[in-house]
Amino acid sequence: MRFWLVQSLNGLALGGLLFLLSSGFSLIFGLMRVANLTHGAYFMLGAYVGLSVLNAGYGFWVAVAAGAAAIALLGGVLERVLLRKLSGRTLSQVLVTLGIAFIISDASLLVWSGDPMPLPMPPSLTGAVAIFGGYFPRYRLAVVGISLLVAVLLWLLLERTRVGAMIRAGVDDMEMARALGIPVPRLFTAVFCLGAALAGMGGVLGGPILSVYPGLDMDMLPLALIVLILGGAGSLPGALLGSFFIGFLYTFGQALLPDLAYVILFLPMVAAIALRPKGLFARAA
Amino acid sequence: MPMRAALILLAALALASGPGSAAGKDPVRVGFLTVNSGALAAGGRQMHEGLTLYLKQHGNKLAGRDIEVITLDTAGQPATTRTRTQEAVERYNVHVIIGPLAAFEALAINDYVRQAKVPVISPSAAAEDLTQRNPNPWFVRAVGSSAQFNQPFGEYAAKTLKYKRIATIGDDFAFGHETTAGFQRTFEDNGGKVVQKLWSPLNVADYGSYIAQIKPDVDAVYASFAGANGLRFLRQYAEYGLKGKVPVLGNMTTVDEGILKNMGDEAVGVVSSGWYSAAIDNPDNRKFVEAVRAAYGADPGYYTAGAYTAAMFLDLALQKVKGKVEDKEAFMKALRSVHVENGFRGPIRIDEYGNPVLNVYIRKVERKDGRLQNTVIQTVPDVSQFWKYQPKEFLAQPVYSRDFPPAKHLEP
Repeated sequence: MRFWLVQSLNGLALGGLLFLLSSGFSLIFGLMRVANLTHGAYFMLGAYVGLSVLNAGYGFWVAVAAGAAAIALLGGVLERVLLRKLSGRTLSQVLVTLGIAFIISDASLLVWSGDPMPLPMPPSLTGAVAIFGGYFPRYRLAVVGISLLVAVLLWLLLERTRVGAMIRAGVDDMEMARALGIPVPRLFTAVFCLGAALAGMGGVLGGPILSVYPGLDMDMLPLALIVLILGGAGSLPGALLGSFFIGFLYTFGQALLPDLAYVILFLPMVAAIALRPKGLFARAA
Repeated sequence: MPMRAALILLAALALASGPGSAAGKDPVRVGFLTVNSGALAAGGRQMHEGLTLYLKQHGNKLAGRDIEVITLDTAGQPATTRTRTQEAVERYNVHVIIGPLAAFEALAINDYVRQAKVPVISPSAAAEDLTQRNPNPWFVRAVGSSAQFNQPFGEYAAKTLKYKRIATIGDDFAFGHETTAGFQRTFEDNGGKVVQKLWSPLNVADYGSYIAQIKPDVDAVYASFAGANGLRFLRQYAEYGLKGKVPVLGNMTTVDEGILKNMGDEAVGVVSSGWYSAAIDNPDNRKFVEAVRAAYGADPGYYTAGAYTAAMFLDLALQKVKGKVEDKEAFMKALRSVHVENGFRGPIRIDEYGNPVLNVYIRKVERKDGRLQNTVIQTVPDVSQFWKYQPKEFLAQPVYSRDFPPAKHLEP
C-alpha cells in the first residue's frame, strides 16, 4: 500500500514537472510547427537564472518569476530575430534551435561553471509529510499543486480569452486564421514567449528536486519530445495527460521493471508513432 | 584553434629539423586529454587545475626540461577521444599523454595506445581491467581502480561498523558496477549481506522512485554515484525523510570535494572511502590543499588530486631517465616503477600491472569552519587493487560487474 501510494505521488510530482516543461513545447509546436529543440536549454537556463537570483538574496518565488521572465524575454528575442526569418523552412528552424541549445549550454558552462548545484527549497516547503507510515516530501506535493494550477490557468487562457481563441484558430488552420485577419506574427511571438516562460519556470521549480548541472538540458529535452508525441501537438489536455502518463510510467517502470529502465519511456512512443501518429490524446481534427 | 594548432605544428617541425635540436633541449610535449564541454566538464576543469598547479609550482620545468602541454577536448565522447588521441600522437608528436577522464574514454583508446606505443598516465579513469585481465603495457594509473578503494570499505562496514544488512544503489554504468561489486564482495566475505541492489540510469531524472523502494529496515545504504548524481541523490534522500534513519555509505565520488562544496546538511555524516581526502592530515597535503584553495578557491577532490598525482608521476619518471623522454621504453619502465615515498596521499608504488598500491582513507563528512570536509577516520595502508586476495585467484574470476559477484542474499 505504502509502495503504491508513495510511487503514485512520485509519478504525479514528476508528471507535474514534465507538464511545465512540455506544455510550452507542445503549444509552440502546435502553433508554429517548430520542434523547438532549445526547450531543454530554456529549462536549464531558467534554473540557472533562478539560482543566481536566489544567491543574490531574493526569495524562492521571486526566483521563479525571474526565471520565467528572463526565459520569456530570451524566447521572444530569438523568435523575432532568428526563427521569423526562417518561417516555413522547418528543417532550418530545427537546426537553428538545436544550435542555440548548444550555445546556451556552453555559455552556461562559462557563466555558472560546470559544478552541479542544488537550488534551495523555500523553507516553508521543506520536510516530509507522513503518509501511511511512509514519508513524502512536502515540496513535491507543492509541485503537483502548482502544475495543476498552471494547467487551469492555461486552459482558461486558451478557452476563455480572445487571445486563446486566436491561438486555437492558428493551431487548427493557420491559413484560415491569417485570412481572417488574426495577427499571426504577433501571436507567434506571444506564444513563443509563453512557452519559454513555462520552461524557465519549470526549471526553477524543478531545481530543488533535479538540481542544475550541465547536461540537464539534454536530459529534459527527450522527455518533452515524448510527451509531445504521446499527447499530440498543440493540445493542452494532451500535454497534461501525456505528462502524467509519462510521470507514472517512468516511476512505476523503474520500480517494477528495473531492467527496462532505459526503454520504458520509448516503448509507448514507438507505439504511438506506429498506431496513432497524431498522439494518443490528440484532439479530433 | 586550427590556426593555433597549425602554428604549434610549424614550430614543432622547425624545432625538429633545426640544426640545434638535440634530445633534451626541446620541451617535453604532454598531450592532455580532458573534457571542456558537456556534463563532465566540471571534472575536466578540476583535472586541468591539478595539472596546471603542479607545473606552475615547478616553474613549468620537470627534470630540467620545459613542459609543453597540448590540451585536447574529448567532449566526453569515446569516438572523439580516439580522434583526439590520434591527433596528439600523429600531429603534435606528444611524448606522453595525461588523460582521459572517463573509463569508457580510456577503453576507447586502449588499442590505439598499444599500437602507437605512447605512454599514458591516467589521472582519473578507474576501469578495473585496464590494469587487470587485459593490462596495457603503455598505461599507468595515478588513481585507484574502481574496486580498489571499496574493498577495504566493505570489510570496514562489516567489521567496524558492524552492519549486517545493506541495500546498494548506484549509477548503472561500469564505475558504479565495479565499485559496488568490490564493496559487496568484501562485505559479504566478512559476514554481511547485501539484501537489495538498485541501479539507476546515469541520467535519471528523479531518484524518488528508487528511494521509495529502499527497504526501510536495512542497516545502511551503500550509494555509488559519480558526477552530479551524488548531490542529487543525497538531497532527495533527505527530502524523503530517510536521512538520520538509515545511514548512507558512499563511494569516493558520491561525496567528492568537487561537489561537496555545493552540498548542505544532507551530506553530513556520510561515511565513504577513497584514495584521497582534502582533510588528510600531513604537511604535504596541507600545503597542496592550501595551494589549490589559493589558486582556485575550492578544496581539491578526485579529479584535482588525480591530475596532480599524474603530473607528479611524470616528474618522477622524467627525473629517473634524466629527462630523456624520447627513449620510450626506458621512460615507460620508469613510469611503471614510480615510487612516492610519502607524498600528499601517503606512499604510492606501482604494481606489475601498472596500478598503484596506495593508502585508502575511510572518511566521514563533517562540518568544520563552516565548510564540509571528508574527515579521515581511518587510514588503511598499502592497499593493492587485489586487496587481500591472491592476484592469480582474483584474475581468474570474471571482472566485477552488475552481476558479479552474484548477490545471493537478495530479499524479495
